[in-house]
Amino acid sequence: MDIDKINEMVLDILKEVSNIGSGNAITSLAKIVGKRINMNVPQVRILELNEVTDILGSAETEVCGVYFDIIEGLDGNILFIFPMNSACYLVDMLMNRPYNGIYHLNEIELSALSEIGNILAGSYITALSTLINIKLLISPPAISIDMAGALLSVPAVSFGEVSDKVLFIQTSFIEGENNVDGYFFLIPQIDSLNKLLKAFGVEINGK
Amino acid sequence: MESKLVRVGMADMKIAYPPDKLVTVGLGSCVGVIIYDMNHEFAGMVHIMLPKSKENMAGQNIYKFADTGIYALYNNLIKIGAQKNKLLSKIAGGAQMFTLKSNNDVLKIGRRNVDAVKCILNELNIPIISEDVGGNYGRTIEFDIEHGTLNVKTIGFGEKSI
Repeated sequence: MDIDKINEMVLDILKEVSNIGSGNAITSLAKIVGKRINMNVPQVRILELNEVTDILGSAETEVCGVYFDIIEGLDGNILFIFPMNSACYLVDMLMNRPYNGIYHLNEIELSALSEIGNILAGSYITALSTLINIKLLISPPAISIDMAGALLSVPAVSFGEVSDKVLFIQTSFIEGENNVDGYFFLIPQIDSLNKLLKAFGVEINGK
Repeated sequence: MESKLVRVGMADMKIAYPPDKLVTVGLGSCVGVIIYDMNHEFAGMVHIMLPKSKENMAGQNIYKFADTGIYALYNNLIKIGAQKNKLLSKIAGGAQMFTLKSNNDVLKIGRRNVDAVKCILNELNIPIISEDVGGNYGRTIEFDIEHGTLNVKTIGFGEKSI
């Protein structure tokens, strides 16, 4: 299968998957923090390799990434990226503290953030699982605070094996005036993308 | 003369002349390879993502892979008049950005990239003068062609010149 062969219909399906998955994840998050959270319409983007590192602004921007392997049902990964202000705000929400700007996250706060990522990814996967009728499981989370470019290169490398383009499914969400941005990337391995689409009765011919 | 920053993107290659500097931002598991001439007259940088190209490379970006990318950079340098026995190199990157308990090969790609890059530079007989590789953090690197120095910037792991 070739990313270049992805057409509008496939993009629409992926958007819909993303919509349902993200909606589910946002509902879980809202429950945890006891606040209303809105979601922007998910975008499915096909990017050239050299565009990848700058999609969140500068490639050098410090961000927080939470990463998962999909260990059953499909081959692929999930990556959440939170800008640092959003990461700190999420932790404050979870710990029931007022938000007062960016701070250095300690071990406990990093675990809390991993757990938020875990709940979001879990909800997303559960929704996707129901939708395609394939049992899906994710690994425990891995967390890293580093340059946006370096963290985004992880999915880029996965796609790089087979294509010069990267498929990103991106969702961001907003809490009240505080605008929590979260970027969610579902990174299916190419064969799994086909498997995913087959569940919707769509086939992409190609390698 | 005004010095420019010549930016090298992911899976990209550029050649530049002093006083300009070659930059690649946010290297994770990728490896930045600089090949320069010992008289500091020019330098090239390639941003390697993966260790080895596949057989069916038609239409693919050759700068993505260590084997095809480094050879392409080398051939381009020879084209602009580089002398084989006067070339030196510096490398940086090849980190593992996330650590999962599962045995994920994708995450170990940094190490494999570094090995592949060293192997190709060795094949070409280009000495590696200095390196800053591995670890679990991203790097932004800037090569000063005039002085032959490579500045490595990180978040939380300081800055150094190698």
